[in-house]
Formats: sequence, C-alpha cells, structure tokens
Amino acid sequence: MFFEQLLFFIAGGGAIAGAVGVVLLRNPFFSVLALVAHLISLAVLFLLLTAAFLAAAQVVVYAGAVMVLYVFVVAYVGGSDDELRPETAGPLAAIGPIFAAALLIELVIAVVGSGLSLLDSTGAKVGDDFGSPAAIGDALLTKFLLPFEAASFLLLIAAVGAVVLARKRRGLHEPADAISVADVLRSEPPAGSQKEAIG
Amino acid sequence: MDISWFIVLSAFIFCIGAAGVMTRRSPLVILLCLELMLNAGNLALIAFSRMVGNVEGQIFALIVMVVAACEVVIGLGIIVAMYRRKLPIDVDDMAELRG
Repeated sequence: MFFEQLLFFIAGGGAIAGAVGVVLLRNPFFSVLALVAHLISLAVLFLLLTAAFLAAAQVVVYAGAVMVLYVFVVAYVGGSDDELRPETAGPLAAIGPIFAAALLIELVIAVVGSGLSLLDSTGAKVGDDFGSPAAIGDALLTKFLLPFEAASFLLLIAAVGAVVLARKRRGLHEPADAISVADVLRSEPPAGSQKEAIG
Repeated sequence: MDISWFIVLSAFIFCIGAAGVMTRRSPLVILLCLELMLNAGNLALIAFSRMVGNVEGQIFALIVMVVAACEVVIGLGIIVAMYRRKLPIDVDDMAELRG
C-alpha cells in the first residue's frame, strides 16, 4: 500500500513536470522530449490502475512511434532558430492561463463535491486478468467490433491524407523543374540535320 | 490509492494542456499540448474504468489513442506543407479562415 502511494506521487509528479515542460520550454525539440517523459509517467499510472495492455501500448505506440514522427518534423521544420517575436504579447496572453486556472478550480470542485461514493475507494474488486491483453482483445473483437473496424478505417484515411498533404504540388501546365532524358530527345534538332541533307 | 486522486491529477494535466493551447503560437507546440489534453482524458477514462471494474473504459481510451495518432499525422502533414510553401510557422499569421 505504501509502495503504491509512493509510486503514484513519483509518477504523478513526473507527469505534471513533463506537462509543464511541454508548455514552458522555448525549444520545440525539448518540448517533445518533455512530452516523452510525461507519456512514460502516464504509463506507470496506467499500471497502477491495472491497465497493463494500455500501459504497454502507451510506451510502444505513443512514446515510441508518434514521438519519433514529431522529432522528425521538428528537425525538418527547424525548431526555434527563428524566434521572430516575443511569444504572445498583449492582454490576450493573460486570459489563457486565467481561463485554465478557472477550469481547474471548477473541475476540482466537481470531483470533490461529486456524489459518486466509489470515487473515495480504490475501485471495484477485479480479477487478475483485468486490463490484460486477453481481456482487451476479447472485448474488442466481440462487443466493440464496429468501433474497432471504424478505427482501422480512420487510420487508413489519415495515412492517405498525410500523403496528399505532404506531396509536392505542381500546376497543370507548369513545366517540370528537372529535365528528363525524354525532354532532351524531343527537343528541336539542330540546323543542317540529316533530314535537310536528304531533302 | 483512491480513484479521486487520479481524477484530480487528470484535471491538472488537462488544464496545463489547455493553457498551452491558448498561449503558445507555434503549431508544433499546440499539437503537443493537444496530446496532453487527450492523455488527461485517457487517464480519467481508465480511472473510471477501474472504479466500476469494467474493461469498456479502457477500450474507449484505446480508441482515443487511435484518434490522437490520426490527428498528429494530419497536423504534422499540414505543418510540413506550410514549411514547403515558405509560409510562417505561426498560427497568428495563418488567420485567413478566421470567421
């Protein structure tokens, strides 16, 4: 029990520190690294909530694959070398944090004043296989088959959309930049060619 | 640990992400803050799933992860397209579609 609480506060502190780092760090590359730390802390919290499969998926899919995509794009676009103007000047800049703080206070009041009696317990009694890959797979392929297929279709659409967005665009009648071998062959023959000599 | 601890932590993370979305101007960082908000939602879903002892909340969280991955792919594709066309990587300058 004590070990569980210690783990919660370590992982929770890591998650909040990572989140604050994402927002406050100036260099986008460091923001991405802070988000990786945040996601790994969240995976530990998922384990505390006996969601073993989701914890593994969080580390492999999120902290692994998605963050690699981010790092590539930050490297491509070039990060913070051209910090043009100071970030958000003016009265609008102050409203964002105030709104977020108000939202937080409201949410905390909602949780504390909630009538859900189970909120102040450690949760319902569950078996050993709660949240295991077998339980998740069983639910996905029986009760939630339609959302599962819809998710796969959504991923396909996103992949096609990314290809369309990132491809090089050319106008319809604009000549190609590169000269291909066929263009060279199709160009006008020099004067005094073989044809004139014959004619 | 009581479930309410997890819910309050998730509220904290969500609000930090919301503050980031509203104050930062680089679209890359805004996407990162959106990830924070989605992950806070995931944490709340999994905590509630543990509370009622039902695996369905975890399925919901899994679907949210899929949606987040799609959103990242499209968002990063738009940023790369902006960079290719030499547009400024700044959401305040991209206000043409503002209503």
